[in-house]
Amino acid sequence: MSTSEATPRETTEGTVYTVTGGDWDEVAAAAAKADDERIVVNMGPQHPSTHGVLRLILEIDGETVTEARCGIGYLHTGIEKNLEFRTWTQGTTFVTRMDYLTSFYNETAYCLAVEKLLGIEDDIPDRATLVRVLLMELNRLSSHLVCIATGGMELGATTVMIYGFRDREMILDLYELITGLRMNHAYIRPGGLAQDLPPGAIDAVREFIKKMRKNLPEYDKLATGNPIFKGRMQDVGYLDLAGCMALGATGPILRSTGLPHDLRRTQPYCGYETFDFEVPTADSCDAYGRFLIRLEEMRQSLRIVEQCLDRLEPGPVMVGDKKIAWPAQLALGPDGLGNSLDHIKKIMGTSMEALIHHFKLVTEGFRVPPGQAYAAVESPKGELGVHAVSDGGTRPFRVHFRDPSFTNLQAMAAMCEGGQVADVIVAVASIDPVMGGVDR
Amino acid sequence: MSADNGSGAANGSGAGGTNPDKDLNVQNLPGQRGDHGEVIGVRRGMFGPNNGGDTSGYGGLVRSVRLPGASARPYGGYFDEVADELEGALDEQGLVPENAIEKAVVDRGEFTLHIAREHLPQVAKTLRDDPALRFELCTGVSGVHYPGDQGRELHAVYHLRSITHNRLIRLEVSAPDADPHIPSIVEVYPTNDWHERETYDFFGIVFDGHPALTRIMMPDDWQGFPQRKDYPLGGIPVEYKGAQIPAPDQRRSYS
Repeated sequence: MSTSEATPRETTEGTVYTVTGGDWDEVAAAAAKADDERIVVNMGPQHPSTHGVLRLILEIDGETVTEARCGIGYLHTGIEKNLEFRTWTQGTTFVTRMDYLTSFYNETAYCLAVEKLLGIEDDIPDRATLVRVLLMELNRLSSHLVCIATGGMELGATTVMIYGFRDREMILDLYELITGLRMNHAYIRPGGLAQDLPPGAIDAVREFIKKMRKNLPEYDKLATGNPIFKGRMQDVGYLDLAGCMALGATGPILRSTGLPHDLRRTQPYCGYETFDFEVPTADSCDAYGRFLIRLEEMRQSLRIVEQCLDRLEPGPVMVGDKKIAWPAQLALGPDGLGNSLDHIKKIMGTSMEALIHHFKLVTEGFRVPPGQAYAAVESPKGELGVHAVSDGGTRPFRVHFRDPSFTNLQAMAAMCEGGQVADVIVAVASIDPVMGGVDR
Repeated sequence: MSADNGSGAANGSGAGGTNPDKDLNVQNLPGQRGDHGEVIGVRRGMFGPNNGGDTSGYGGLVRSVRLPGASARPYGGYFDEVADELEGALDEQGLVPENAIEKAVVDRGEFTLHIAREHLPQVAKTLRDDPALRFELCTGVSGVHYPGDQGRELHAVYHLRSITHNRLIRLEVSAPDADPHIPSIVEVYPTNDWHERETYDFFGIVFDGHPALTRIMMPDDWQGFPQRKDYPLGGIPVEYKGAQIPAPDQRRSYS
């Protein structure tokens, strides 16, 4: 090339440069000039890596995120407002849909709050409490599996995704066997459970534990020591103890800083003080530490599930007080699952009081003495708190859910700013937000 | 249980807490509902729907709805220690504790401190920083709208957790509908950023000093505050098997 500049040539289309090598200075200078523009990228609200309808507003400079903000509210369904127009028992049907991956936690936390308001915490039958714990710990497994599966998929590790959903499927089958539904169960009710475990459930859960014990090491083999996995996750999404406390982050995020804060240990509910399990921690404060904690928590949950099975003894699953206990004695008839014929026979034929109770409970519900209560459980994502207020009526006066996803998602900016765009995905995945819980 | 509260279900007192109907009315005579506690509303009738004809014969019954009232010392458990430490710490800062702490309520094993709104940030900071209190974790704010609580219609409820001492307390702050301002405590607990935005969004409580108090769930141009009691739930009647089922907030409800 003899000339250092391309010669322009006028055509009817405008000026045409023939760039053959020497004139890149001009092109590069033009590109450099454009570089000082800040680029604001909207990631979501519909994006496969944002865990639902989460909108991330990223201000980026090259590949570096200089500012990260969340836009939420796309999945707001007004469940808290809706609860004020249903009876206390109907509430479980709503709250189970909040964080739809941790249904049993929502139901249990809500029921614990209602039971506290009623003052019947000590009357809940042991069997009901054990089944609650059993389902909650199975739920911890299924929630962590989704977290690890989707988190893996976002890194390109589709095998992790397939494995995670394969194992979660087994748990959903158990839910279906026990509650009749794979999601949105409304199985845990104020006072106990909707119905007892079906025949064969205990064997099915034992079978599952066996399979899961075999499958869990696969995640270790596949991911834990994997250099690519580690390279993507280590030192990403860093949030130290001070950051966690200031931002109110709980759950695996808080435990990845080395603080073994777990409500099951510090403020036991549902008899967790009697179970033998460990609270895993990490001290890396990063996404990899949270991944390891989730893996270990799944092993611990299996231990708790096993202990529940060993302790289960026949007995009632609803409080004895007929003025609270929902009259659901379900049985499988020729036309499907419905109120048992024995129960119908009793209320229609022999006991007028039973009929009155049935009628009053189903149409009107029960009254809850005025006051307020706060019940918190350790959900897979952190502290799930329920603030329930009663004015003495048959419907909640106010129910507020302190969802851990909502609070933890605030930490997104602290974890992502200054990092790479690709690390935003990892950091958000390590928070494990579920928008149904964030927006409620 | 007293026979007059019309509640078949309400037969237990909370573990460790006082049930105003049970514990304070020792004689438990019908019609002797205590005049303690905080009136937040009036309930008419005894049972049956409140928007239909009175078929129960109790339609003329009028009762006040009362929340548990102030408790007297000793509060029990760690509550006394928290109250002592807080009062002492506020005293040291030159603040008369009685001005900041309006009342303390022990109910159902939970400890609630009602704080005068202008002193909330200082109380929160004291609760966080004092080594004997150390409530590191704020679990956010929950708004409650009591239209019947004259002059204190809007309540903001904070739950504070101490990981160090393994304690949980509740702060309650109120503001009138006419002046819905409560100081923000985002400075003290940054976690309350989104929580205060949510409470503003749903209840219209203005948290003064919040860095960016905008709507968070509802669209930015939304009118009104959806979780106030005077805001309708909405919904349309639906037809099911030939019958019209009214919207949830139009259905029969019970007094």
